[in-house]
Amino acid sequence: MTAPVNYLLVSAVIFAIGLAGALVRRNAILVLIGIELMLNAANLNFIAFWRYSPNPEALTGVMFALFSIGVAAAEAAVGLALIITVYRHFHTTDLDRIDSMRG
Amino acid sequence: MSFAIIAVFTIAGAIAALTLRNLVHCVLALVLTFSGLAGLYLQLGAQFVGFAQILIYVGAVAILIVFAILLTRTHEPLAGLAVSPGWITSVLVAAAVFGILAWAIRSSAMSILPISPHPEISVRQIGDALMSQFVLPLEVIGLLLTAALVGAVTIAMREERREK
Repeated sequence: MTAPVNYLLVSAVIFAIGLAGALVRRNAILVLIGIELMLNAANLNFIAFWRYSPNPEALTGVMFALFSIGVAAAEAAVGLALIITVYRHFHTTDLDRIDSMRG
Repeated sequence: MSFAIIAVFTIAGAIAALTLRNLVHCVLALVLTFSGLAGLYLQLGAQFVGFAQILIYVGAVAILIVFAILLTRTHEPLAGLAVSPGWITSVLVAAAVFGILAWAIRSSAMSILPISPHPEISVRQIGDALMSQFVLPLEVIGLLLTAALVGAVTIAMREERREK
């Protein structure tokens, strides 16, 4: 049986990796991947807290994770559409070369 | 034991997803991370969320990212480094965030929580809750997804329409 702390630590590691990736990488798609990793780390926390809560029958943790997955899916769709539009405009996904508001 | 194996695969996938140079390899590593997280959800007794994770992330989001990568593929290789100039600062910030989180987790009441038996949650209970207690959030998320999909199509289509 695994202690709840271990799940939280794995979640913290994934969050830190996602944060480092979103800050470090220059490709817009990889920044989006970093953000997805951070959202997933938060979901793992929701499920871990639900599992070890005093009354898991209330289902609140599961519901929050499900809605969070739904919002993350919407975010991924809009984010990738934005990246494709920016690529059409600048012909690159390199964030350091996308540096003007009016192109 | 199985927790350690899944955790190692999940973290290794996350590191690979953000360090590899080839974008398609990054997405494959990301799929490994998403699957590992689904395994962790199953281990925690949240079957429905685990399978939803596989369906939505491994099935839909990963494919969407692959499409975006193939649509935005440049012929010229990325000039210079694949990382921004101030990457050492960024890594230090991320390490500091992890340090604070780990310290907070270690010193929280979670670390002395007794290990409770698995909660028995059936998909039927989740469906009942979604249709009674959580029906308003469900409708709102449906509206949000519709708006997001229409918005995504509109954003990605704009250029085409102007060309006509």
